[in-house]
Amino acid sequence: MSALLLPALVLGPLAAGAVAAVVPRERGRVRAAVGLTTAALTALACAVVVGGVATAPGHEVRVALAGWEPPLGIVLRADAASAALLVLTTLVGVAVSVTVAVRDDAGGGPAFWPLWLGLWAALHGVYVTQDLFNAYVLLELVTVGAVSLVALGKGRSAGPALRYLFVAVVGSLLFLLAIALVYAEAGTLDMSAAAGRVAPGPLLTAALALTLVGMGAKMALFPLHSWLPVAHPAAPAAVSAVLSALVVKAALVVLWRFWVALAPAAGGAAHVLAVASGVAGSAAVLWGGLMALRQRRLKRIVAYSTVTQVGYLALVLPLMAPGGEAARAAWSGGLLLVVAHGLAKAAMFLAAGVLTAAYGSDHLEDLRGAMRHRPWVVAALGVAGVSLAGLPPTLGFAAKWQLLAAGVESGQWWWVAALLAGGLLTVGYTAVVLRAVSAPADAGEQAPEPPPAAVPTVQAAVPLALAVAAVVLSVLAGGLAGLVADTAPRGLA
Amino acid sequence: MNPDAQVHESVLPVVMLLTSLVPGLVIFFLREDQVRLRTTLNMAGAVAKVALVAVLVPLVVAGQVQRAAFPWLPGVELVLTADTFSLFFAALSSLLWLVTTVYAIGYLEGAPHRSRFFGFFSLCVTATVGIALAGNLLTFLFFYEMLTLVTYPLVAHRGTRAALDGARTYLAYTLGGGVLVLLGVVWLTVLVGPVEFTAGGAAAVAELAAERPGTATAIGLVLLAGLGVKAAIFPLHRWLPVAMVAPAPVSALLHAVAVVKAGVYGIVRVVHDVFGLRVFADLGLLHVLAVAAGVTIVYGSLRALTQDDLKKRLAYSTVSQLSYVTLGAALLSPVATAGALTHIFHQGIMKITLFFCAGLFAEVLGLSKVSQLAGVARRMPLTAIAFTVAAFGMIGLPPLAGFVSKWPLALGGLDAGEPWVLAVLLTSTLLNAAYFLPVIHTLWVRPPEEGARWVTEPHRVRSIEAPASLLVPALITAALTLACGVFAGWDYSPWQIARIIAEGSYP
Repeated sequence: MSALLLPALVLGPLAAGAVAAVVPRERGRVRAAVGLTTAALTALACAVVVGGVATAPGHEVRVALAGWEPPLGIVLRADAASAALLVLTTLVGVAVSVTVAVRDDAGGGPAFWPLWLGLWAALHGVYVTQDLFNAYVLLELVTVGAVSLVALGKGRSAGPALRYLFVAVVGSLLFLLAIALVYAEAGTLDMSAAAGRVAPGPLLTAALALTLVGMGAKMALFPLHSWLPVAHPAAPAAVSAVLSALVVKAALVVLWRFWVALAPAAGGAAHVLAVASGVAGSAAVLWGGLMALRQRRLKRIVAYSTVTQVGYLALVLPLMAPGGEAARAAWSGGLLLVVAHGLAKAAMFLAAGVLTAAYGSDHLEDLRGAMRHRPWVVAALGVAGVSLAGLPPTLGFAAKWQLLAAGVESGQWWWVAALLAGGLLTVGYTAVVLRAVSAPADAGEQAPEPPPAAVPTVQAAVPLALAVAAVVLSVLAGGLAGLVADTAPRGLA
Repeated sequence: MNPDAQVHESVLPVVMLLTSLVPGLVIFFLREDQVRLRTTLNMAGAVAKVALVAVLVPLVVAGQVQRAAFPWLPGVELVLTADTFSLFFAALSSLLWLVTTVYAIGYLEGAPHRSRFFGFFSLCVTATVGIALAGNLLTFLFFYEMLTLVTYPLVAHRGTRAALDGARTYLAYTLGGGVLVLLGVVWLTVLVGPVEFTAGGAAAVAELAAERPGTATAIGLVLLAGLGVKAAIFPLHRWLPVAMVAPAPVSALLHAVAVVKAGVYGIVRVVHDVFGLRVFADLGLLHVLAVAAGVTIVYGSLRALTQDDLKKRLAYSTVSQLSYVTLGAALLSPVATAGALTHIFHQGIMKITLFFCAGLFAEVLGLSKVSQLAGVARRMPLTAIAFTVAAFGMIGLPPLAGFVSKWPLALGGLDAGEPWVLAVLLTSTLLNAAYFLPVIHTLWVRPPEEGARWVTEPHRVRSIEAPASLLVPALITAALTLACGVFAGWDYSPWQIARIIAEGSYP
């Protein structure tokens, strides 16, 4: 059953996207209905596939399309890592779809649906593909969808969208070059098959380095991050949520998969690259956190927070390197963090969307009194911030625990320091936001609190639901972490 | 945990958490005007928790340990255990939560955002009981950090600039400490696996200390520094006087029921039940802790002397009194340990009385400075009596609670061969007298200030001096201060229970 549904996860939303595209623009309700139906069906299919992965021997569901095995055919393969990403994508995807369905302004108009459904299909494809070239094509699809969605933003969103496009395309080209190098060496595009046929040498090192830089650019890893704090806030609220929660993860997954398959063969060079990734990640954690503290606009704070969290995710490569217990902890911690960050970030951007809709601006000064008038939205921001900071009782805490354990286990204290400092910075900028929205009651010099505009109740409830999911999932973290740790890669050792 | 106790798998520890978690979550969703429902939920939760403790105490003292464990991440479990020590702390916090709830309902009558306040208030107690029942370091950390987070909105509750600033300082200090605790717990767990609290110390940790003393010392120091923030050990104490901007019931939570108690409870757990006293002494950390505590005792008392703001004076007094517990926990003597544990309970009931009274003076008469309190005993005699009893208790006069815990501390200092402890305690007692007696003198003896608002305003003679919901809790805790001293010999008195727990630390 789950093997049958695996291709449907990619083809279903794609077909629905095409259907939504032929529905006339003025029939916005119909497009929304198509979108919501697709979201519901996709959620069901995801549940079945994730259940299949959890129960399958070796935690793997594999299907060769039309019965053609590689090297001729294309294989889709869902493993524990795919399962984690599917869970995240389903939760965020449904939340985003519901938000836009009740208020299409949040998605930037009727053009949202075809683009979003296409993007959703491409994301699923990235999670389950085994083939390098397919990964490249699907990533490009993700980019096209994401860039177009940014351009739907009000006002000056064309500039940020174009900048994003340039960076993303350069990243993809670097990755394409890496694929060419691997193909030249191994004669296959299947990742696991290639792993056995590559030898250490400058070619493999170059392929790994190109992928690291290329995917680093696409996921906004410091110092290639400067497009993100511009592009993500420029997009409509629901799109920002998709970009930060899901789209950066697509590049990350490709990087991790490529790395896990090919880095062990590269020997010492892979260790150097892993450390480089860790240094960039640590710098991202500190720089993103400090910049977030300096921002005065909510969406930019949240965007810089993504820069920080991408830094955490880059730390997984060096943390995994020693293999053994550390690799298991780092791998499961990394995937838990992907889910935790996705939920929290989607909650924050959707909450920012509600506040922007209510107050007509996301300047912190204009949001005074949101604590009084929109307490549930503020609560979502607060809980999401707690999860991002890695504090209990949230999924973020489980993720951080695993990453810290990996660092301590293998004696990599530098990364431990970065993880701990990042948590404090996260609390810092969350507290800045909470303080701004609570607006001192005795501040005589300030103008009175602006009255908020009406926002659909459902839209206002969605961010809190996502934040609560991050708390509830923390209880279930063990199952997910166990699943992932069972299939953890062996590291570079 | 007593090693030869019978362990029962049981849901009771979980139910203990739910009695405040569920009402708390429901209260968040109530409208401001649903006063009756909110009050019912609050009181039902608080009473149920006290009743559960009352049921569990005889069982646990008889040697039955209730335990509930949940798998969390691969290789680590969340464990809740009701052993003697955890129940001792849980009893303190649930008893004081009950009286504080009554007080808070009266205190906040008609104030805005009560659903938010009582929601976080219940979560705060949930976290505290979670800390009390934690069976291993991970679980302890889990609730310890949660406590920080749910107390923050309470400190900031008034929403004034000063309240927000105080809350920010509170958050910065406690989360900074939390990061250190996190580091220490992860470090220890990675090296020796999840450490369950075991009376006398965990065997795996003792092994680690024997094999790698340097690492064990570093872990111990990191944990102590982290816990030292909430335990308000000098120089990590600065948040405590700043956080006194919070409403009076929150100060009661911070100073007596929850936050600072979580810090000292954690220190006792780490020193006695993770490392074990002897291992800790061999690593040289026990002495460091004792000296830090001694310095804090004297420093806190000295700072309290010069505060005119009553709540600030009480806050510095807390800084000093808490370190009595730390000091006792850092002495190698069963008597000192028993004294320290007893002081956790006794300091709680005495300090909560003082904060209740400070709140009463502020609410009823609008007085917050010591110098304004001249002659107030004539207008509020019952409050003044409660204050006086608690203050005498703090100084350590027999037959009040403070004496019962201070005397064994002094004896324990001699017993452990650390005579300087006696000097510290004597100095502190003199200083306690020096900052409490003037307040009592002002209250009772000095004539009222000319033209003070409460003198000129007529007072209805027939009515009692203050709203009953504020006055009665203060009188109850003052009576407890007396009872804990007079009936210290009763089988279930804090002192007797503390002696049972202390015996476990010296296997």
